[in-house]
Amino acid sequence: MNYIGRSVKRLEDLPLITGRGRFAADISFPNQVYMRVVRSPFAHGKLGPIDLSEALAQEGVVAIWTGKDVVDIPHIGFRLTKLADLEPYRQTILAQDRVRYVGEPIAVVFAESQAQAEDAAEVVFAEIDDLPVVIRAIDPVGEFLPGRTTEASVVRKAYGDIDDAFRRAAHVIELELYVGRHSGIPMETRGAIARFDESRQVLEMHGAAKVPHWNRATISKLLGLPLEGMHLYEGHVGGGFGIRGEVYPEDVLTCLAALRLKRPVKWIEDRKEHLLAANHSRDQHHRIRAAIDENGFILGIDDDFFTDQGGYVRTHAATVTDLACAMLPGPYVIPAYRAAGHIRLTNKTPAGTYRAPGRYETTFVRERLLDAVGHKVGIDPIEVRRRNLIPLDKIPFARGLDTLGTEVTYDSGDYFGLMDQALQRVGYEDMKKAAAERRAKGELVGIGVGYFVEKSGLGPMDEVDISVDEDGHVRVITGVASIGQGVETSMAQICAERLGASIDKITVIHGQTDLIGHGMGAFASRVTVMTGSAIYIGAGQLRERALQAAASLLQVPEAELEIDEGVISRKGQVPGPSVTLGDVVRALRPGSTLLNGNDPGLKTVAQFTADHMTYPYGFHIGQVRIDPETCGIEIEKYLVAYDIGKSINPMLVEGQLVGGACQGIGGALYEQFVYDEQGQPLATSFMDYVMPTITEMPWVDTLVREDAPSPLNPLGVKGAGEGGTNAVGATLAGAIDEALQMPGAITSLPVGPATIYNLLKKKRAA
Amino acid sequence: MKAPQFAYRAPRSIKEAVTALAESEGMGKILAGGQSLVPTMNFRLARPDMLIDINRISELDFARPENGKLRIGALTRHAAFERPFFEGPLARLLADVVQHIAHVPIRTRGTFTGSLAHADPASEWCLVACTLDAEMVAHSLEGERIIPAAEYFVTTLTTALTENELLVEARLPLLDDSWKHGFCEFNRRAGDFALSMSLVALKIENGRIAEARIGIGGVEDKPVRAPDAEAYLIGKTGEAADRVEAARLASEGIQPMDDMHAPADYRRDLTRAMVRRALERALAR
Repeated sequence: MNYIGRSVKRLEDLPLITGRGRFAADISFPNQVYMRVVRSPFAHGKLGPIDLSEALAQEGVVAIWTGKDVVDIPHIGFRLTKLADLEPYRQTILAQDRVRYVGEPIAVVFAESQAQAEDAAEVVFAEIDDLPVVIRAIDPVGEFLPGRTTEASVVRKAYGDIDDAFRRAAHVIELELYVGRHSGIPMETRGAIARFDESRQVLEMHGAAKVPHWNRATISKLLGLPLEGMHLYEGHVGGGFGIRGEVYPEDVLTCLAALRLKRPVKWIEDRKEHLLAANHSRDQHHRIRAAIDENGFILGIDDDFFTDQGGYVRTHAATVTDLACAMLPGPYVIPAYRAAGHIRLTNKTPAGTYRAPGRYETTFVRERLLDAVGHKVGIDPIEVRRRNLIPLDKIPFARGLDTLGTEVTYDSGDYFGLMDQALQRVGYEDMKKAAAERRAKGELVGIGVGYFVEKSGLGPMDEVDISVDEDGHVRVITGVASIGQGVETSMAQICAERLGASIDKITVIHGQTDLIGHGMGAFASRVTVMTGSAIYIGAGQLRERALQAAASLLQVPEAELEIDEGVISRKGQVPGPSVTLGDVVRALRPGSTLLNGNDPGLKTVAQFTADHMTYPYGFHIGQVRIDPETCGIEIEKYLVAYDIGKSINPMLVEGQLVGGACQGIGGALYEQFVYDEQGQPLATSFMDYVMPTITEMPWVDTLVREDAPSPLNPLGVKGAGEGGTNAVGATLAGAIDEALQMPGAITSLPVGPATIYNLLKKKRAA
Repeated sequence: MKAPQFAYRAPRSIKEAVTALAESEGMGKILAGGQSLVPTMNFRLARPDMLIDINRISELDFARPENGKLRIGALTRHAAFERPFFEGPLARLLADVVQHIAHVPIRTRGTFTGSLAHADPASEWCLVACTLDAEMVAHSLEGERIIPAAEYFVTTLTTALTENELLVEARLPLLDDSWKHGFCEFNRRAGDFALSMSLVALKIENGRIAEARIGIGGVEDKPVRAPDAEAYLIGKTGEAADRVEAARLASEGIQPMDDMHAPADYRRDLTRAMVRRALERALAR
């Protein structure tokens, strides 16, 4: 039966929609203690003595630690894009001599109940002597440590002759653009429950997500345990978005406490902590210059930008800045390019990756630039993009840049084709005309577009362990994680079709380090590409072995057999003589004469390796209406067009794109971690950190194309996770500009009513 | 997100409740719907020593028109107003306004007088009380005290209630059929506290405005009236020019707050739009 390409309903949903989910907070062990983190109330200061006397005297308190109790635990290291320059900026699990952001852990309380832990945490008093704060990445650099400035490193990437491009330019366009600080806000906050199992001599950490294998290796090393002495377990996860599942100080503290206190330790983050302590993202300031010819063709781009890294460099190290440098050119030819990304420490929450990291920012910057180029030479936003897109005959296209340790080569893509189909889908010419007519009647209506190339399927490898039992049940053990994106369903679809099993008999396992030795986890839109391909390979091997064995059992040549829904029979002869996958497994028991030197049963461990990422691409188009009196912005129409190469489950792809667009809208119009000049965060609850809800979401139309399958994997798939988010900021900025009839007005995200108010005031004054 | 320790009382009568309040010596808090109080306690921003839960006091569970007033007891939830339960313009006004209060789960639990006691500057019910000159009925061991709206609202989260007083009831004037109302608010998201809002009630006699009530909320530290605009409208028909001028007068008369969501000049202009739209809605009825 064909499963690939069908909108199979999610296999994982029954426990979730019947209230039987097992999220981190649902996990408890007898005799557990509760951990509460005491956090710095100041943005930057010298950490003096910490008075624990009152807290230690509180009822139910088991232990309280400060920095000196964990001085033997090394800094948390880097998972991706490691740069030696950044190492002095890593975070310790508790602050040692200085605090560098509001929310930094300075002490940790363990108590018999959550309420007792919170009561005691409240009376831990630290002496902190204020130091000057740095609040913006573009502010003058400050001192991180004596002798070390707050500019940790500069990532530089370039190709072509940029000086020549500017010499030949008919016009030079210069823009200063900013994407505000916001982040992924999963419905489930972080959590960790650690216990040491004396019988197995294994430290267990429950509540894992995203990258359990890397976290296992990292935490065990930090704690001085052998790798085999620790395992991570992922349950249900209520959203990841890049921020959830990295190694944070709290994970290590929970594990360390389970070892030291010899009791299970539970930590569940509350929402206020989450908004202060989990990775923030974006917060990038660009100064971009472009050399263009008289027709609006971009000869070269020179971009100098500043990533606000926050107080420390966490596990993502240079990832966001590196991706921004590499992905900024997007789907355009741009013969010469130079980018310098300054990684600047500030006194705000440390920042990491968030859905479409480095791309949400640079798509905003690049597409703002394209709009400016079009305006400069007097052509339509679509025409200026047409003049710069990479033509079909140049694909595959070597970008001349690298990122995440791989060369950027656009593996397949028809950039003109997708844009044309998107424009046709929305009826662009009519849409444009109708908007102009409404504007002529005084309405503020405008259309914006955004084009981008995404990346997905980061290698280097993924492994799966597939086995069939004597009842024909198939168990697929993966090394990835499920953060809610439908891993179980899509992986089962690939296995069912390739092996010939019924999807009901397939169990997909993820996030259990004791069941599989290797696993890269779920990030960078990589699961379907990497693990999906490994399953495709492994399930193909099992299919072949099953057919071989069945040929002997049925006395029918192998070539005349087929497998469907776990039943093997002669092609076109149903009903007729047949065996099931379970029969085959029973026939291949140890000692069977059918083994012919092969291992018993139907099982395999398969790998898929990839040296290059695969590059999906997408085009957004949106229409907004602005109320000139309230300055409210209404999104009237929105389309995400996306070429995914091959869609395993169209419903899940659509869900990814629409959900992603919602987060993109959040970053464009609503969400921002605002800080005052002393580094005090002003958005520490959902009252002030304003996320769009279903009432603010427009209907998002999707156009999913399979015109450019990836040549890099057997399924032809590309990732779906980030294309819905990527271009929303860019698209809405263009639409707002046009609605206001103020080209280039939007230079900063998010755009709230106050921004619109000031722009309209400026316009009236002019 | 655990509240600090507190004592808990669940009195069965108003008398028991006010006795507990007196015993708490100013450190007690009344728990009705808890939709503002409980999150504030969990954030440890409110730290009452004693919570006095009035949900078991059946004598507070009423809402009925009586002697020209709508009497709203302290256990009346917001959701009670979603469908008019008595005749006349006031029921329609309340049914209109209630839709803008937070979200459905909050409306099924939060109470009308709880909102008045909490006195958030952007509370819709506080705006209603201010605009319609409600009377607040407070009880303490000393007995009953009736506080008119004009004296009741003091500033953000502060009312004329003393620490020993329980707000047992609010009374709104029943409006006769010559009254029309209009309400308009603007917020970034449905259910959020408004950045500005206006409630208008107009008494129309022979096609002219005989009495005008214009309230503005979410803009100053408490709901306010727009006396100049109200006076201006008397005798007018309420045509477009009248509405524009009244809205201008109303927006000139306020001292708007300035915060990260809305600077003061924006709030002022927004208020002009809210008042004008509320007037349009009232006159379109």
